[in-house]
Amino acid sequence: MTYDATFRVWRGDAAGGDLQTFTVAVNEGEVVLDVIHRLQATQAGDLAVRWNCKAGKCGSCSAEVNGRPRLMCMTRMSTFAETETVTVTPLRTFPVIRDLVTDVSYNYEKAAQIPAFAPRPREADGSHRMQQVDVERSQEFRKCIECWLCQDTCHVIRDHEENKRSFAGPRFLIRLAELDMHPLDERDRRDAAQDEFGLGYCNITKCCSEVCPEGIHLTDNGIIPLKERVVDRRFDPLTWLGSKIGRRPSR
Amino acid sequence: MPAPRRAAIAERTLRTDRWWVQPLVTVVVLVLFIAYSTFRAFQNAYYYAEPYISPFYSPCITTRCEGDSFPEFFTGPVWISPAIYILVLPLGIRLTCYYYRKAYYRSFWLSPPACAVAEPHRRYTGETRFPLIGQNVHRYFLYAALLFNLILFYEAFRGFRDETGEWGHMGLGTLILLVNAVMLFLYSVSCHSCRHIVGGRLNNFSRHPLRYRAWGLVSKLNARHMQYAWVSLLTVALADFYVFLLATGTITDLRFF
Amino acid sequence: MELERHEYDVVVVGAGGAGLRAAIEAHEAGARTAVVCKSLLGKAHTVMAEGGIAAAMANLYPEDNWRVHFRDTMRGGKMLNHWRMAQLHAQEAPDRVRELEDWGALFDRTPDGLISQRDFGGHRYARLAHVGDRTGLELIRTLQQRTVALGIDVYMECTVTRLLTGPAGDGGAGEEHGVTGAFGYWRESGRFVAWQAPSVVLATGGIGKSYKVTSNSWEYTGDGHSLALQAGATLVNMEFVQFHPTGMVWPPSVRGILVTESVRGDGGVLKNSAGNRFMFDYIPDFFRKETAETEEEADRWYEDKKNNRRPPELLPRDEVARAINSEVKAGRGTPHGGVFLDIASRRPAEYIRKRLPSMYHQFKELAEVDITAEAMEVGPTCHYVMGGVEVEPDTEAARVPGLFAAGEVAGGMHGSNRLGGNSLSDLLVFGRRAGLAAAEHAAEREHTRGVLAEDALADAARAALAPFEREGGENPYTVQHDLQQTMHDLVGIIRTAPEMEQALERIAALKERVAALSVEGHRQYNPGWHLALDLPHMLLVSECIARAALAREESRGGHTRDDFPATDEEWARTNLVCALAPDGDVALTRQPLPQMPPELTEIFES
Ligand SMILES: Cc1cc2nc3c(=O)[nH]c(=O)nc-3n(C[C@H](O)[C@H](O)[C@H](O)COP(=O)(O)OP(=O)(O)OC[C@H]3O[C@@H](n4cnc5c(N)ncnc54)[C@H](O)[C@@H]3O)c2cc1C
Ligand code: SF4
Ligand code: SF4
Ligand code: FES
Ligand code: FES
Repeated sequence: MTYDATFRVWRGDAAGGDLQTFTVAVNEGEVVLDVIHRLQATQAGDLAVRWNCKAGKCGSCSAEVNGRPRLMCMTRMSTFAETETVTVTPLRTFPVIRDLVTDVSYNYEKAAQIPAFAPRPREADGSHRMQQVDVERSQEFRKCIECWLCQDTCHVIRDHEENKRSFAGPRFLIRLAELDMHPLDERDRRDAAQDEFGLGYCNITKCCSEVCPEGIHLTDNGIIPLKERVVDRRFDPLTWLGSKIGRRPSR
Repeated sequence: MPAPRRAAIAERTLRTDRWWVQPLVTVVVLVLFIAYSTFRAFQNAYYYAEPYISPFYSPCITTRCEGDSFPEFFTGPVWISPAIYILVLPLGIRLTCYYYRKAYYRSFWLSPPACAVAEPHRRYTGETRFPLIGQNVHRYFLYAALLFNLILFYEAFRGFRDETGEWGHMGLGTLILLVNAVMLFLYSVSCHSCRHIVGGRLNNFSRHPLRYRAWGLVSKLNARHMQYAWVSLLTVALADFYVFLLATGTITDLRFF
Repeated sequence: MELERHEYDVVVVGAGGAGLRAAIEAHEAGARTAVVCKSLLGKAHTVMAEGGIAAAMANLYPEDNWRVHFRDTMRGGKMLNHWRMAQLHAQEAPDRVRELEDWGALFDRTPDGLISQRDFGGHRYARLAHVGDRTGLELIRTLQQRTVALGIDVYMECTVTRLLTGPAGDGGAGEEHGVTGAFGYWRESGRFVAWQAPSVVLATGGIGKSYKVTSNSWEYTGDGHSLALQAGATLVNMEFVQFHPTGMVWPPSVRGILVTESVRGDGGVLKNSAGNRFMFDYIPDFFRKETAETEEEADRWYEDKKNNRRPPELLPRDEVARAINSEVKAGRGTPHGGVFLDIASRRPAEYIRKRLPSMYHQFKELAEVDITAEAMEVGPTCHYVMGGVEVEPDTEAARVPGLFAAGEVAGGMHGSNRLGGNSLSDLLVFGRRAGLAAAEHAAEREHTRGVLAEDALADAARAALAPFEREGGENPYTVQHDLQQTMHDLVGIIRTAPEMEQALERIAALKERVAALSVEGHRQYNPGWHLALDLPHMLLVSECIARAALAREESRGGHTRDDFPATDEEWARTNLVCALAPDGDVALTRQPLPQMPPELTEIFES
């Protein structure tokens, strides 16, 4: 079941680089990452690539395979025809360090800016009581493995480097949604979501949801509800009025 | 330190699939619909065939309306079609609809044309400023749409009469108007704003079991919002076209009883 | 030499659960703290943990308490655990879990709204706090977010290659010889960096990458174990390596990837190719009293734990792994050399997808198997090392002043075999204690700090660059591959003296090859070079394992000798301790097991 595949892998660094073509053996059941590793072990010992778990759990091995943002460890070779050339490139949205490795510090900077979780006090017996139905929505967002594929694919920053300053990217919009829906959290981040993290930049074109390897419905379950929550606060005179005359919308 | 740089890749995209099919189909269908509906809205004729009224003209609120389906509030100039007064509302909900926004931002504005395909614009500010910040009024259009849904049910219900106004009858037209009303209603209740309002804005579902149930239901429908958006678009056009055919006398209504 | 320098009170090496928990505690105790890790933040091994965190919170079974947990842990480790660590662990785990909720973690809930707990092998009661089957992700993300919120400095993609020791100051006399800091390189640029600090906490995880079939990632090259040895500390229990009974076996490229024990905890059973639930044939006397004898009883247990005994599938991991190994050897294995793990025929599809979403996904994507419809094929995979740095149970202090170790890199807590779920709780309990003790140690030396010896720094840099200097040598990947094969074949689940002697010979030969290998390219993000620097650690640790395993002439927990199949009274009271002799060889000493006080021995008499 072994065959020789043609791979084009981007090699280079910030100073420049290009797609290099390799012919490499592929065995049954293998994924793109296996093939990259074979290249490393046999043809290009210094080919730079990130990975850890090889099981889609850590979000390290993100790259673009045939132009699509993917986890290399979860992209099976059987999804390509044996004659098809497979092109592997680094994430486009971030500065390249070397070969398939990019500088993803943008994401860690944004993460640090999110106002931290601020829980209500524990109950008298020292525990926090929450029902399963109350935690489920935020749990969906906590499945995020921080692979940054959504950040990579989001056109707001992919095509507009200058927006990185004012836009936190889909991963952190759902982080804000997660905290806003968290049954224990008491901090208000709605104004910040709009003003500091650039919620308004998202035009809900859903590419983040399309690429998320965890199947998180970023747009439908996170970003749009967050937009609606901001509307409550900023653009809806009725709810605004309601909150002024003392009938705070129940949470 | 010099500005960090991205990998030098010249291609706009390295996608090998036919990513342009979807935006293309969207453009074609929407353009056809817009052309047809604009024509019909301005045509100011053939929108009423007792007992049916075209959804484009419903509710018909001026004294110039054909038929007598709805309270008439005022008299406008002859050259203004009664559809113009009301179409802004259904148009509004679709323009500000989260799904249609996705569809037209992608296919008309190419922002982006498809995932991981570069968009052609130099600058991008999304919905942060005028006019697009106005998309945030979507929920008001939803309220209006729900009202319209009621009216359309009422009009469909009036279809249970015959040409003479006698109750207890039904024809293919009745069925079409009814299906259209149902589809439009599903489109409205599956709306993201609706999902938020019925329960999404709560943080402790367990304290509001009824609203949680409602939210669960709307969430299920919401997952198919896109389908409802397209199907209801087709049923509206179809319902209008059927009335047109009746009104021009091209066909006669198929009466069931 | 170009060298970036930093000064801290506490440097934590490792950003898994143990490292982050230690850093948080050290920071909160007032220490200036840094965390260093080889991968990006949040990618450490802990992220892969699936099943849950063991803690006797008694949310589902009021009968549960720390004594029961302590008893389970000690029995699971075949009584070789350091009793004090097992005690602290069982007592403190519930608080450590609850505290995660204050930092944003969202565990699955019981109907009362408390943290839900699930069954796992070797635990008397449902005890594992969990989030579906992605508990490690929840744990590491929570700690990561806390770390970031506190503003702790994190050095990501930065590898420590040396611990520096010297006159370290001890709050007055200044004559103590201890830790002065650490040396490493940035993976991105290849540039060197040194941290001066009176306290270093090792939290580098395990050693599994020395084996061919493993659930562990490239990070698990035993760095911490080796760094500690080289700094003068000792390792204990190194012969005990846990082979998880259920790793994937097919397709070959995913061989070894873990299939969580929760599959069995949630009702899955093991069958051989004849369709028999063979585990009933492998119940050891040690656990006979508490294990079901019939399938009916075993099945009833899931609903009614009080009146039934647990299914044999949920025996501790060493027992299950050996049983699978025997079945396959006896020719009753699956086509790809494993056994069947079947939950499809026992639980509704909806339940499986809900409880085991990432397993469902993993098999669907990687093996094209729908686990709600078909059985999985599984076999043993190298998973965890029980052995590690010998530490003081209360402070996690190693034998070198200023050096602390917590998490998988520390030894003693799990004895000869770790129970599932006990690692994540171990990380939290001992991570916290290590962080606290490290901060105190640093505070006591506020005014008398040891300095980094310049010659040692230069030497570390020279050693790191050596692979570039040599030309035409072997490629590091080949050497790594040969080591993995050696450990797999000769120091695997079932061991014999001649094989291990052979392994030691091969390791010696590999050492020479490592000393001669060369790497291509330059220092910028060069995986070949990184591996070349990891290999000496792997070899040193593999040697410790092989030597200790050769010495222990009995079978116990994660150490099974074909030539000594029974447990031995004498060995039951003995630990094996590895140290580095001045000539660089591994020296092995026997050491009596610490004596458990009577109030704890009582727990085992009932
Ligand atoms: C697939 C899988 C599933 C598991 N499931 C469970 C479970 O359900 N329950 C349970 O209790 N346990 C489970 N375990 C075991 C448990 O996850 C690990 O034992 C535990 O996470 C180890 O944590 P740690 O903090 O010690 O190390 P890790 O989380 O592995 O972190 C090690 C850190 O050290 C860093 N490091 C290593 N060397 C260096 C160096 N030289 N320089 C700088 N940094 C370095 C690494 O980059 C990393 O950040 C599982 C393990 C695996 C592999
Ligand atoms: S939906 Fe919004 S956040 Fe997601 S990719 Fe599109 S623009 Fe970016
Ligand atoms: S939301 Fe999905 S795509 Fe985005 S970082 Fe998380 S796991 Fe990756
Ligand atoms: S290697 Fe962990 S997600 Fe691919
Ligand atoms: S109608 Fe489409 S989202 Fe409201």
